[in-house]
Amino acid sequence: MVSEIIYFVTFALVGIGLVTLVLGLSKLLQTRKPNEIKLSTYESGIAVTGDPRIQYKMRYYVFGLLLVLFDVEMIFLFPWAVVFKSLGLFAFVEMLVFIAIILLGLFYAWRKGALKWV
Amino acid sequence: MLSSAELLNFANSHGIPLWAMDAFIAALIALGLFAAMGLGFMVQVYMERKVSAGLQLRYGPIYVGPKGSLQLVADALKFITKEDVFPSSAEPWIFRLAPVVMFAAAFLGLLVLPFGPGLVAKDLNVGLIYVLAIPSIGVAGVIMAGFGSKNRYAILGSLRAAAQMISYEVPRSLSLIGIIMIAGTMRLSSIVDGQGIWYIFLQPLGFLVFFVATMAELNRTPFDLAESESEYVNGYHTEYSGMRFGFFFFAEYMSLFAAALLTAVLFLGGWHGPGPVILAPVWLLIKVFGVIYVLMWVRWTFPRFRIDQVMDLGWKVLLPMALVNILVTGIIMSV
Repeated sequence: MVSEIIYFVTFALVGIGLVTLVLGLSKLLQTRKPNEIKLSTYESGIAVTGDPRIQYKMRYYVFGLLLVLFDVEMIFLFPWAVVFKSLGLFAFVEMLVFIAIILLGLFYAWRKGALKWV
Repeated sequence: MLSSAELLNFANSHGIPLWAMDAFIAALIALGLFAAMGLGFMVQVYMERKVSAGLQLRYGPIYVGPKGSLQLVADALKFITKEDVFPSSAEPWIFRLAPVVMFAAAFLGLLVLPFGPGLVAKDLNVGLIYVLAIPSIGVAGVIMAGFGSKNRYAILGSLRAAAQMISYEVPRSLSLIGIIMIAGTMRLSSIVDGQGIWYIFLQPLGFLVFFVATMAELNRTPFDLAESESEYVNGYHTEYSGMRFGFFFFAEYMSLFAAALLTAVLFLGGWHGPGPVILAPVWLLIKVFGVIYVLMWVRWTFPRFRIDQVMDLGWKVLLPMALVNILVTGIIMSV
């Protein structure tokens, strides 16, 4: 277990380190000639008005909530699937009931129009 | 190749703590993988350009090197020597960190992917869940790129990309439950060992859902809403240039390779093939590039979906299909 965590951390550090290294190298090699126009925000040639970080529509967050819902479902499904063979019919029916309850929620959201992207 | 017992002895006799030994070996493997991915990146981009050219009756790159094969070396040099413009209105740290997060997330996914029997950095017993979970941290990089740029196109692009990626993650993961039920394990090498019959034949519906969701997850046409040029320039990396953009590009092709490798490992029998064991990685690579070719073929053949069609396909078609797949697999296995 410890060994696996060490591998994970090392991979993360090497990944981040290499990106930083190459970006640093690129910084040394490139010629920088910034000017005001070049550094301005790209907006197809017109001046930017207002803060672009606007409030986004509420619908967007429903998808986030649905993701959380199904991710939690998956957390239960994965271990269940691993030991599926030894569990027998009872556990299978149990899981079907569980999925059915969550599907009910999905269909409710569907009927309410929450899944519609407008 | 040193065996782990010899390494243990070496560590013990020289008084090196075990964790340092582990970290050192992991770092060497990571560097090797980075180099391999760099090479794979060039091969894939060259392939993409030649395949797209072939499909559109063009030549593709022909001038640099024999048949244009050194074009990507020239491109890499250009990336690294080009000025990367740092927009004055950008959030400095979020803007800087976004490509790092994208790249590191895609790179960490390689930790559990097997390239042949025993050829894997760390064969975790939760390999499958890991390979689905860790690369999706990249969504955070997409959002950071959008918000850090303070650019309208980038923000819209990143929000759409994030919505699409989290939506397709659900059917993509659920479509693999059937495989776990048959294999009874989440260790990727054991899943390959268990494939007397390729799982694509046992799980055709699961494969279909997984493949379509993978395409969407990779943001490739017909699902390239994240960077649909005709709608908002270049999506979340509109403001990026030079090597910073290069890393987004690199991460994208690394994910493509990882996704193709995962498809080959889970559905196409991994490294199984005729001939001696030494040919196993070759068979795996042939399958991987076959999958990559199909992904490119699809990309350059189909037009782009509309965003509402994309979301509908994910939630209203693929998700029920993935659940039906679990149901059917369960019934067949119980009876």
